Order: sequence, then structure tokens, then C-alpha cells
Amino acid sequence: MSSSTSAAAAEFARRRQSPVQRLQGLLHSYPWLSPLILFAVTFAFFSILNPRFAEPGGISILIQQTAIVAALGIGQTLIILTAGIDLSVGAITILAMMIMATLASDGGMNGLLALLIGIAMAVAAGFLNGILVTRVNLPPFIVTLGTLSIFTAIALLYSGGSSIQQDRLPRLLNFLGEGFGPRGGLRLTWGVVLVVLLYAIVGFALSQTAWGQHVYAVGDDPESARLSGVASKRVLLSVYTVAGLIYGFAAWALIGRAGAATPNAITDANLASITAVVIGGTSLFGGRGRLIGTLLGALIVQSFSFGLSLAGVNQQWRLLATGVLVLVAVTVDQWIRKVKA
Amino acid sequence: MSTIERLPLAVDHLPEEKRAKYEADPILSARDLVITFGRVIGLDGVNVDLYKGEVLAVIGDNGAGKSTLIKCLTGAYTPDSGDIWLDGSKVDFRRPQDAREAGIETVYQQLAVIPALDIASNLYLAREERRKGPLGSVLRMLDKKGMKQRAGDSVQKLGIQTIQNMGQAVETLSGGQRQAVAVARAAAFGSKVVVLDEPTAALGVKESGMVLEMVKQLRDSGQAVILISHNMPHVWEVADRIHIQRLGGCAGVISPQSHDMGEGVAIMTGAKTLEQPPS
Repeated sequence: MSSSTSAAAAEFARRRQSPVQRLQGLLHSYPWLSPLILFAVTFAFFSILNPRFAEPGGISILIQQTAIVAALGIGQTLIILTAGIDLSVGAITILAMMIMATLASDGGMNGLLALLIGIAMAVAAGFLNGILVTRVNLPPFIVTLGTLSIFTAIALLYSGGSSIQQDRLPRLLNFLGEGFGPRGGLRLTWGVVLVVLLYAIVGFALSQTAWGQHVYAVGDDPESARLSGVASKRVLLSVYTVAGLIYGFAAWALIGRAGAATPNAITDANLASITAVVIGGTSLFGGRGRLIGTLLGALIVQSFSFGLSLAGVNQQWRLLATGVLVLVAVTVDQWIRKVKA
Repeated sequence: MSTIERLPLAVDHLPEEKRAKYEADPILSARDLVITFGRVIGLDGVNVDLYKGEVLAVIGDNGAGKSTLIKCLTGAYTPDSGDIWLDGSKVDFRRPQDAREAGIETVYQQLAVIPALDIASNLYLAREERRKGPLGSVLRMLDKKGMKQRAGDSVQKLGIQTIQNMGQAVETLSGGQRQAVAVARAAAFGSKVVVLDEPTAALGVKESGMVLEMVKQLRDSGQAVILISHNMPHVWEVADRIHIQRLGGCAGVISPQSHDMGEGVAIMTGAKTLEQPPS
């Protein structure tokens, strides 16, 4: 039996595949490949449309504009990998940011202490989401829809609803907006460096540690994961809490980026982060995707936004392009997943 | 093991070499298991003995209590009364994790494998091994290469030739191959008892054959196996002894040599009773 089986297996492996099938198989094996190709095409297209896009100055702007959404995308990716969704991304970020800024300006608190309290509040907010999802057993969509309003309200009530300008804040809180120029007109901020670091750390944790395996397992099939001995609820709780921590860092970076702490900043954070995750090839049903895809997804969306504005196109077209992009990305993703091994 | 008495064994009719494994003490024993769900009696004082190197099949009609019995033995349910001994010591399982840690591995009917993860990751899920040195202890980095290698060995041991690449995602495998991964996982970690819940229910003829071969392989390596199945030909092919559940109690323990399939089904459905049901 074994010899005939292996002969059949060899025959199966030798079977002829059309180039399209081979591409499909390749994209299935390397989930980050399709967003990478899409980014390369987008980048090439806008560089031809307007050469300034690909100049060091243009690239610097693109990277700095992408940083915040890319950071929020890390937390969103973690949660979507567990088959959840986070609608309170923006709300938690604003809450943490307004707490840091208000404590440091009106409260006259030491910058480091204000920063730490702000980040701690973001962690607590993520933890609360996690508790509601794992202990009260509410669906993540409902939980974060609720906390979206709650955290936004607290941020507004606490800060009095007004912006706090850069000059009223200690240097530490503005620090991530400061930059350096490695070479040839390229300019990066410390915020960008922080976001790259976060990607490296969380990317490592997801792909190289047991915790990462468990995140994928819980997202793919929670019941099987539990039966296999994975502490599903603890993993879920940790995911929401870590997401909160990342939003806390994003809040810090946002002060530097915007030059102020504004309660109505990043109103599109929820949809922008979800868009980046989806275009990056992570499945909304959980268990499948790569963190690096989210970074590419954020870059693609921002390239459209920046490229179209460089080309002098009305901003509404940008919105339309993003919408089309999401639908195309999800359609291509569905097609890739139908691959026969 | 002196604290509990053995159940009477009807193995005199077995050939010499098959009788030998019943001389040692049972690896797993259950006495007077009772569990109720409100007014419904799930188990009504059930006794089980399981020996090393045997396949004990559990058969019974729907609602006869075979799943309930297995869930009590694997920690999914906690019996209202009754005792379970594993390898000579009394155990008290509160959750499946307790039973697993004690050495009872269960392969569930709904196949507790994660489709998106590869074979090696599935085998080592929740039991991952880290790299040696600071990479493992400080950075908690997984030893992916080592796990792949050892996963390959475990699958090979079960005689599965069709699975070669341990980095393959489980979703690309056939039903029988997935079952093989689940069984390999159960057998891989020095477990004392492997419980298989309807392992052939969703499989075709050829794939069922492969899984049954695997069950025999497991038994011949000295593993104690409990097999729950509705498929009588499969039971009669691989089982050493057959525990028949009926109406929450044990209607008797037979063997493929002592009774044929028709008699077994007759006892199962109550059309016939064993002359001396072991109490």
C-alpha cells in the first residue's frame, strides 16, 4: 500500500499547474507577498505620476504620515487575528493622549510620570475590553462599540474638550515629533523609530514564541485550541491588554506628530487601522495573517492619500480609492485562500 | 493497587500471548462512577479496567452513556461519586487539563487540530519547546527546527508515510491525515492512556484503514487505548475487549473472540443479556 501511495503522491506533486495556479499557490504560501506587490505597484504608479513622490522629501512625508496608523494597526492586527475587532482604537489613543497632556500641562506634572500614567490608562482600557470579551462573554464588536463611546466621553470630559498646544507640554511628550536626517534629505522622526521597534518586537512575539502560536490557534479555532490545552481566555485577555499598551505608545507618537494634543484628532483611526490590516492580508475571521502585511497595508493606503494629493486630485477621490482598494484586497484574499495544496 | 479489587476478566478463551498483558495491574480503573444531570441519570455505577497494550472499545446506543463515561475518565465531567485510579494512584480530575497532565490524552471527535497552523505546531501546541540558551530563556524563542524534527519522528512511528513535510499547514491535509496528526499528538508525550472518540466516523474506507492500522501500532507499542466507536466492523477488527454501555450502566465486557458482532449488538440494544454481567 505504501509504495502505491507514495507513487500517487509523486504523481500528485508532478501534476501540471497553470501559471495562474502557481501564482495562487505562491501567494498562499507567502501571505505578505500580495500586499508587497500591491505596494510596489502603487509606489511605482505615483512616482511616475509625480516624481516628487519618490524623492527623499516625499518618502519622508509618506513614512511620517503612515507611522500612527501603522502603530494602531499592530494592536488591531493582534485583535483581528483572534477573530475580534477593535472599534475603540481611536478612543483609547485619544484618552491616553489627553490624560498625558492634561496632567503635564494643567497638572504641572513631571513629563515622564504623565507619560507613564497615560500609557497605563491605555493598558487599563485594553484590559477592560479584554475582561468584557473573556469574562462577560460579549462579542468584541459590541464591547468596543460601547467602550468607543465611553472612552471618547471620558477623554472629552477630562480634558475639557480643548486642544493643548505643543509649547505647553514638556519636551519628553513632544520628543517623538523630533527627527533626524540619516542622509540625502531623508528625514525620520523618533516616532517612526518607535513604531519600527514595536513592529519588530510584536512581530517576533507573534512568529517566534508560544504566545504567538496561541494567538493564531485561538483565532483559528477557539474550541480546538482550548481542547489542545491552550488557555484561550488568558491569551485573549493578553491580546487586548497588549493592544492597549501599543495604543498608549501611539498616543505619545501622535502628540509629536500633530504638534498638539487634540481631542478630535485621528477621527478615522478605527477604519484606517482596520483597512490597513485587511489590505495587509489578515483575515477578519481570525487565525490568518502576518503583522508585516499591516505595515504594508498602512503604507499602501497612505501612498494613495499622499500620491493623489501630490497630483492635485480632490480628497474625495482618495476616499473612493481606499474603498475600492479594500474590496479588491478582500476579493483577491478570498481567491488566494481557495488554493488546493 | 491493593486498595481496589480487579474486575473479573473474561479472557480465558484468548490465546496465551494475548492473555499475558492482563497479568499486570490495570493502568486505569474506575469504580462505581455515578453522575446525574438534574433528574437524568448519566452513569449508574459503572466500573472499568484498562490494561497496558490493549485496545478497549466502548460501544453503546445513543444515550447509553458512553460519551459521559469517557468525559468522566478524561476530566471533562466530574462524577458525583465513584473513584478513578491511574497507574496505582487515585486521581480527581476537575478539568481536561488535569487528565492530560496525569497522562490521559484524548483525541476528540471534532478533531482538536488548528487548520491554519502547521503539523509540527499542532503536535506541540500548548507544549511548545524553547530554544536552548538565552534565546529561549530570555527571548522565549521557540525551537521550531527541533520540534519539526521530533514531530516527523512521532508521525513516522505511527507508520504514516503520506505525511512528509512537518511545515505543511494542517488545512492542506486529508481527513485521515488530520486524524493521524491528532493521534500522533496524543501519543507523543509519554501518555499512559490514549482515548480515541469516533476516530473513523468522518473517513472513507481507505483512510479508515490507515487510522485502524495506526491504532494497532499504538497498542503494539504498549500504549493503553480506549476506542469509542459506532462502527462495529472497526471495533471487531482492532479491539481486544469490548465494554458495552447500556442505559447508563455496563451491560458487560466481551471480546471479539467470545462474541460475534450480532451478539454484541444484541447485548447493546437489550435484545440479549450476558449470563454473568460483571458487577
